Amino acid sequence: MSDKKPERRDFLFTASYAVGAVGVAAVVWPLVDQMNPDASVKALASTEVDVSSLKPGNTITVLWRGKPVFIRRRTQEEIAEARSVKMEDLIHPEKDEDRAKNPEWLVMLGVCTHLGCVPLNDKGDYDGWFCPCHGSHYDTSGRIRKGPAPWNMEVPKYEFVNAKTIKIG
Amino acid sequence: MSEHEYTPTSKAGKWFNDRLPLLTLANHLTDYPTPKNLNYWWTFGGILTFCLITQIVTGLTLAMHYIAHADMAFESVEHIMRDVNYGWLIRYIHANGASMFFLAVYIHIFRSLFYGSYKSPREIIWIIGIIIYLLMMAAAFMGYVLPWGQMSFWGATVITNLFSAIPLVGEGIVTWLWGGYSVDNPTLTRFFTLHYLIPFLILGLVVLHIWALHVPGNNNPVGIDIKKPSKDTVPFHPYIVIKDGFALLMFMIVFAFFVFYAPNILGHADNYIEANPLVTPAHIVPEWYLLPFYAILRSVPDKLLGVVAMLSAILILAVLPWLDTSKIRSAVFRPLYKQFYWILVADVLILGYMGAMPAEGLYLLIARVATAYYFLHFLVILPVLGLKERTIPLPLSITEPVLGGSPNMAMAKKKESKIE
Repeated sequence: MSDKKPERRDFLFTASYAVGAVGVAAVVWPLVDQMNPDASVKALASTEVDVSSLKPGNTITVLWRGKPVFIRRRTQEEIAEARSVKMEDLIHPEKDEDRAKNPEWLVMLGVCTHLGCVPLNDKGDYDGWFCPCHGSHYDTSGRIRKGPAPWNMEVPKYEFVNAKTIKIG
Repeated sequence: MSEHEYTPTSKAGKWFNDRLPLLTLANHLTDYPTPKNLNYWWTFGGILTFCLITQIVTGLTLAMHYIAHADMAFESVEHIMRDVNYGWLIRYIHANGASMFFLAVYIHIFRSLFYGSYKSPREIIWIIGIIIYLLMMAAAFMGYVLPWGQMSFWGATVITNLFSAIPLVGEGIVTWLWGGYSVDNPTLTRFFTLHYLIPFLILGLVVLHIWALHVPGNNNPVGIDIKKPSKDTVPFHPYIVIKDGFALLMFMIVFAFFVFYAPNILGHADNYIEANPLVTPAHIVPEWYLLPFYAILRSVPDKLLGVVAMLSAILILAVLPWLDTSKIRSAVFRPLYKQFYWILVADVLILGYMGAMPAEGLYLLIARVATAYYFLHFLVILPVLGLKERTIPLPLSITEPVLGGSPNMAMAKKKESKIE
């Protein structure tokens, strides 16, 4: 095989296989891509939430893109606690100032970054959230402090439309 | 195995068989020479075939009433339970049938581990078996999602999120699996499709599994090759058919007990609450047959490594024929391996128990030790043992122990009767 010189026929074989492979890939791709989020799922982009009834220390959970979003109006102690943490103590270092632009309001996906359970409010060793599935502890800024989760709870894109309403997405 | 030419007696049979040799195949299957010393641990292959057919038949009938839609799935399952004629029976057989299937497959796998059935020349049978086992787990997981209860929803969330541990592409893969940004209707419809497909893939693999088995023939409790087919074997029909049939009847008694007297004991009450994406149940636990692997997942404190450990625990079985360096098949002649075998059985049972307990304190510690031992068994103990162990001399044939010819055999027989 190795001492045989390539012939015209070898070239034809290789060219045929290459064209065949491209053809197969072109047919397979639509079959694979049909499983990705469709247009109607992508269209459910944003949700507006009235937060005027929340008192400090209250949390509401709303559904956005099928996922729970925590909106917490934090107390002064919780803000102080979140802002006093040293960066080197964090598993996934993020400043509370970057996570909550308006310190009183913490808006984040209520999804544990380990395997996607919904953490419980006001639980755990760091006065924030605790995930009952595999024991991840989050602090008052929703940052992972202990347990198997690798990242802080995600802060989605959101804005205050007016003083009472938050628009998520 | 049977090399003799088969000729149908009737003229029509001969005409047909010359064109499609189905009768030759049937003759091969009935006359297939089987070692005459097979014990009852060898009846689980037949029992598993029964389980697969039961799942397919009950599954097909359930699919006539089930509606794969996030808004209607839960209700349609209740409709099956309350309104459909014998719907309760069919669903309970299907749900408990999954557990029975796994019970039988675990006995079947541990039979192979004890008698070294995975060793040369039966590696391909073994590897096909491991693929079937993986497909069974996929089918069971997706089937559990279909009723769209709380455990369905959160089990699906947790298991699909395992893929998010893959660096870089993990999140993209999870979104692709879901068909959205969370487990939702697109996830349910595709799981239903795949749950429907997999049993037929398994059926095809079972044919290959049996085909590969019929090339070298069955292993046996003594674990040595058949020397004289005329003396050492009996035809599959009627000898093995009757024995398998009797074992199947015993198995069906256990099966019927669960279906009629404790149909929900192996399930979780939370799954009778409709799926709610805002609330996770306090204790998410998989079905009992996945618990050992769940314990391994949780005993590793790192997300990616936990997933890697869990998958390795299953895939390591595929390379077992090469990890076990011993040429002796049956544990009857391997006094040390036999002890390590039972330690492994205990280790897997402990892992299963720890998987059902909360992952904290002493439970977590024990789960970690048991996980470490599991890998130690396959990666260190088995390779070393094969080289160092002093084994008991093998008999000359499988007939010899039956006739009581050698002193070694008296010993082997005594040990074997203990196992049975």
